[in-house]
Amino acid sequence: MTNLALRVRPRRLSLPARPSLLIGLFLVGLNVVVALAAPLLAPYSPTEPNALDAIEGSSSAHWLGTDQLGRDVLSRVLYGGRYAMLISLSAALLTVVLGTVLGCLTAYRRGWFDEVLMRLLDSVLSVPAILALLVVVTALGSGASVIILASTVVYCPALIRVVRAAALSVVGLDYVTAARARGEGFWPIMVREIWPNILDVVLVEFAMRASWITLLVSSLSFLGFGANPPTPDWGLMVSENRSLLTVVPLATIAPIVALATLIVGLNLAADGIAKARGIDRITGGLR
Amino acid sequence: MSAAPELVQSTELVAEISGLSIAYRSGGRDVPVLREVSLSLGAGEALAIVGESGCGKSTLASALVGQLRTGSRVTGGSVRIAGEDVLAGDARTVRTLRRHQIGFVPQNAGHSLTPSMRIGAQVVEVLRATRKMDKSAARAEAVRLLAQVRLPEPGVLVDRYPHQLSGGQQQRVAVALALAGSPRLLVLDEPTTGLDVVTQASVLALFSSLRKELGISLVMVSHDLGAVSAVCERVVIMYAGRVVETGATRAAFRLPAHPYTRGLLSSVARIAAPGLPLGMPGSVADAHASSGCVFAPRCEFAQDSCTEGDAPELAPVESEDAERFSACLRLPEVLAAPAWEAQVRPPRTRERGEPLLQISGLTVDYRRRPDPRTGPTVSDVDLTVHRGEVVALVGESGSGKSTIAWTIAGLRRPTSGEITLDGTADLTRTAARRDPAVRHQVQLVFQNATTSLNPRRTVGDAVLRPLRLRGLRGEEAVVARDRVFEDVGLEPGHAERYPAQLSGGQQQRVGIARALGGGPTLVLADEVVSALDVSIQASVLRLLDDLRDEHQLGYLFISHDLAVVRALADRVVVLYLGRVCEEGPIEQVFAGPNHPYTRLLMDSALATEPGVTEALVGSEDEPESAPPAAGCAFRNRCPQRVEGLCDHETPPWQDLDDGHRIRCHVPVPVEIGART
Amino acid sequence: MLLVKAIGRRLAYSVLTVLLATLLVFVALQALPGNLATQLLGQNATPAAVARLDASLGLNRPAWQRYLDWLGGALHGDFGRSLVSQQPVLTEAGGYLRNTALLAGIVIVAGITLSLVLGVIAGLTRDRWPDLAISGLSLLGMSVPEFTVATLLVLAFAIRLQWFPAVVTAGPTATVGELLPAVWLPAAALTAVMAAYIIRMMRTSVIDVMSAEYVTLARVRGLSSARVLFRHALPNALLPTLNVIAINIAWLVGGVVVVESVFNYPGIGTLMIQAVHNRDLPVLQFIAVFGALTFVVCNLLADLAALWLNPRLRTPGRAG
Repeated sequence: MTNLALRVRPRRLSLPARPSLLIGLFLVGLNVVVALAAPLLAPYSPTEPNALDAIEGSSSAHWLGTDQLGRDVLSRVLYGGRYAMLISLSAALLTVVLGTVLGCLTAYRRGWFDEVLMRLLDSVLSVPAILALLVVVTALGSGASVIILASTVVYCPALIRVVRAAALSVVGLDYVTAARARGEGFWPIMVREIWPNILDVVLVEFAMRASWITLLVSSLSFLGFGANPPTPDWGLMVSENRSLLTVVPLATIAPIVALATLIVGLNLAADGIAKARGIDRITGGLR
Repeated sequence: MSAAPELVQSTELVAEISGLSIAYRSGGRDVPVLREVSLSLGAGEALAIVGESGCGKSTLASALVGQLRTGSRVTGGSVRIAGEDVLAGDARTVRTLRRHQIGFVPQNAGHSLTPSMRIGAQVVEVLRATRKMDKSAARAEAVRLLAQVRLPEPGVLVDRYPHQLSGGQQQRVAVALALAGSPRLLVLDEPTTGLDVVTQASVLALFSSLRKELGISLVMVSHDLGAVSAVCERVVIMYAGRVVETGATRAAFRLPAHPYTRGLLSSVARIAAPGLPLGMPGSVADAHASSGCVFAPRCEFAQDSCTEGDAPELAPVESEDAERFSACLRLPEVLAAPAWEAQVRPPRTRERGEPLLQISGLTVDYRRRPDPRTGPTVSDVDLTVHRGEVVALVGESGSGKSTIAWTIAGLRRPTSGEITLDGTADLTRTAARRDPAVRHQVQLVFQNATTSLNPRRTVGDAVLRPLRLRGLRGEEAVVARDRVFEDVGLEPGHAERYPAQLSGGQQQRVGIARALGGGPTLVLADEVVSALDVSIQASVLRLLDDLRDEHQLGYLFISHDLAVVRALADRVVVLYLGRVCEEGPIEQVFAGPNHPYTRLLMDSALATEPGVTEALVGSEDEPESAPPAAGCAFRNRCPQRVEGLCDHETPPWQDLDDGHRIRCHVPVPVEIGART
Repeated sequence: MLLVKAIGRRLAYSVLTVLLATLLVFVALQALPGNLATQLLGQNATPAAVARLDASLGLNRPAWQRYLDWLGGALHGDFGRSLVSQQPVLTEAGGYLRNTALLAGIVIVAGITLSLVLGVIAGLTRDRWPDLAISGLSLLGMSVPEFTVATLLVLAFAIRLQWFPAVVTAGPTATVGELLPAVWLPAAALTAVMAAYIIRMMRTSVIDVMSAEYVTLARVRGLSSARVLFRHALPNALLPTLNVIAINIAWLVGGVVVVESVFNYPGIGTLMIQAVHNRDLPVLQFIAVFGALTFVVCNLLADLAALWLNPRLRTPGRAG
């Protein structure tokens, strides 16, 4: 009993270096860095119009050309992720924190609390997300905090279900039973026993929520309900420039590509974590 | 059977394995699973492949059907069925073999049946794939097959779905599916795992009779020595991927020719012999010797020569039974060693301590809307455990034994009845509501050690927690934890490990350590050795025995295994569908006379002891799932049933001697037929 | 008997969910801050106009009464009148609904079928090139917002290749015939975005099921690969995907605002934007409730399909 060959590697939180995970994290990190460092990186101001240089293709002065108000597309693209990322990462964090606690609580308690919560969540889930956000924005304005809160409410139910399912599978295991037999209450059990074992599911969910909320916020901006001009935002840029698609395609394509790198990065990261931990990514809806 | 395949004519053999080596890839290296395994099987023969976890027997069983797990490959040798290579053959040949020559009954029958198809449809499908049949003929044949495997009401069952059948019935359906192609060879992979002891006995009886009726050859892979000796006349013993002994089952078990076989036999608890089995030191994980004999690290006969050079080859053993082989350099010493039956720690007589746990009239009812035809899950149970005493609670699945344990542990509230600890503390309260001092005194140890430990925390943490909850802090707690670790036979250095880095036996010791850490007086051991390998079981049982003496613990020892109970317990309580039917001191209960249910349990268990080759009795092996509202719970299966009386009246207690009593309407015969 | 009970329960839950949703929507919409009429008419409204609107909307009555009135009307198909056109809401929305149905119908029939097939292929050829191609494309599909796909499709097929019109010129009252040439690009855009989820779910499910014991055993019994796939594996693999399909169908009917906007397609999404711009409350309420109803119905259908595919759900099992 002294010399044991390790049969299985310890399931610590170290994630093996899978290519998809690394690429995903790299892309996300890149976007975050660029968004933070935009003031240092952008050659021109993203908002100042310059009628003389309007609607130009790519040149040495403007690598990606200019839009119809003469603003440098490259600078706008560099700044363009800030709005969406701020909202989506905050909303995703809030969603995950709230949803994890509620999901664990309902998995632990079961009973009527569980039933009532599930019915309520079903009702919230059934209302089309975009409609809810449009209405909220119309009524309360398109400030960042409004959209963050609204997104949280819209995306929480699905997360709660996923966390609940994961927590349910843990709650039935003997080590949780042992903790209950020791008389431990909900919070110690959740923090010590449940949380470390659902962490991987939560991480995957965080990445996915972040990607969906980013999509939603960009769509909102595209429709004119999110970021307001002259804010540089990728969704808004696509909306503004698509009428000039044949003339200066880069002005539309560049923000699309930038947005794609962020979301592909988030999805790859989620995929990478899921594969590394062997979790089934069973959330497949558009929420 | 010979170790040199070229001496045998392959056309006579149903199955022939020559020098088979299989390995899987892990971390860039080949990890061997089977090493140069050779055996052969003639028509009508029954061969058993025996070993513990990690010996490669399941891989061997799958290889016989041409199935390799993903990531494994053949690194040498071949498997031939009816002369055709089944691992290297083309897809068509293999499919033909699978349809017409081989039938495979997998380990977990429930998982092997497609949940979305009816039983009959699955059988018909195989029939129509293997023979030319139209639908109605195939359906008739399906019903006949289901009857052949002794399924009740085959005409009705044929339209059921797999989930509507019990475990034993699913196992039989798997056998029927395997027989549908009229194979010459039937491969059974751990056919008795997960089945109740009564079901096990009747399933094994089925195999024996099928063999006689159909004349097919049988390969049975199992870790259960008793099951094997009931069905197969030849046995192959495997350890760490190698064959270590082969020969006639009876001879091999009477006088083992390899130290591992000896060790296995002396690890098995037997009803026929009271006392704790010896067991073997170490575990399979030690067997990574690159030179010499794989078993040497654990072997009591090992010498220096055993660890040098190549692994020992199979050499013939002289005996009156032809064809025995053993791969041991120390064969003469092994054969001359004292009988393995003698290596038992005899039971000790002990002073009975103070009463610790007292249960009276315990009733637990889970039903939300009580059906008037059924009764509560557990009804009117009385139980007492004294300090330093092991009381065994025996019953099959569904008997309510875990329910009782959980109620005592405070995880459930009883519907009625009293549970007291040390005469004062009320245990009918849930754990959270109990006085902390009382809470610590009752500790649970679980069946499945792996799921009873949090995979994300070190085992040291797991044991530290109850110590901290008791009020120990910092350095004090760590010292106490190290002491507990030593008590259970683990090294303090193991505290930094995660559960996945420990073997099954070590994980269970951690579970016991965690229970000890709470400072208990009463330990509820719920099937704690059932999931362990046989050789590990023995050492854990000894540990439990030692701990009980050292700390004056009382145990409520739940088990379905009568032999294990015989080894460890002082008193026995037999439970059927949540009602006590018999209780008493261990010797009295095993001497008899008994309640008909206890009788059934003992007969089934005795029929599957190694070394006993009595004819098996097939019986009604399907317990009902719901206890009755009134009358005797056992009446539908009881051979002594009295119409009317047993249906309506609760059976009275009959006192036999010395605290032994049974609950039955039929008066117990006075003559004592000793079954020991 | 168990089957009837199971269906009955789900039906009851569905009804409850829809009712709760209507309540939520009502509360959310009517609980918007500020006097509702002022909100609707803008800050410069005259007090008289506000009072008139108050009366016409019945805002002087307590909220719960308004809700019950509305609910009663809704059950008869009367959702009030549009504040803009004064038409009954259902009439107003009728054309849009039909157009959405057309678009959704095409996507459901063609798009979902295609996604399922691709998912199965990806699952069966795991980690080989068909899977890598399909998985890669679907990752891209779900990473790009709808307006991106729509815009790129317009660029490629409408502007460059000129196969399809870039924008729909017909209004809500257009006939199916008039819409047909223009419906394909929006349908393609929706399929591209939606397919990813179904493909991924089906792929995972197929991989799981193909490695399940009963599938391995079916092969060991000598059954042909085709039989094993279609009779044993696929019915069980389809089960987890049903819910994903349901959610996606509900989305198709309730939430494709962006794609409709890009193509100017006169469906429910377009109506939604108009109603939001105009603060046309009754219409908004109707759209929200309709969306919720669709969602619940789709999930109910998915549950019923699951009952059909999974015998464990409709027949009692044994404890043994």
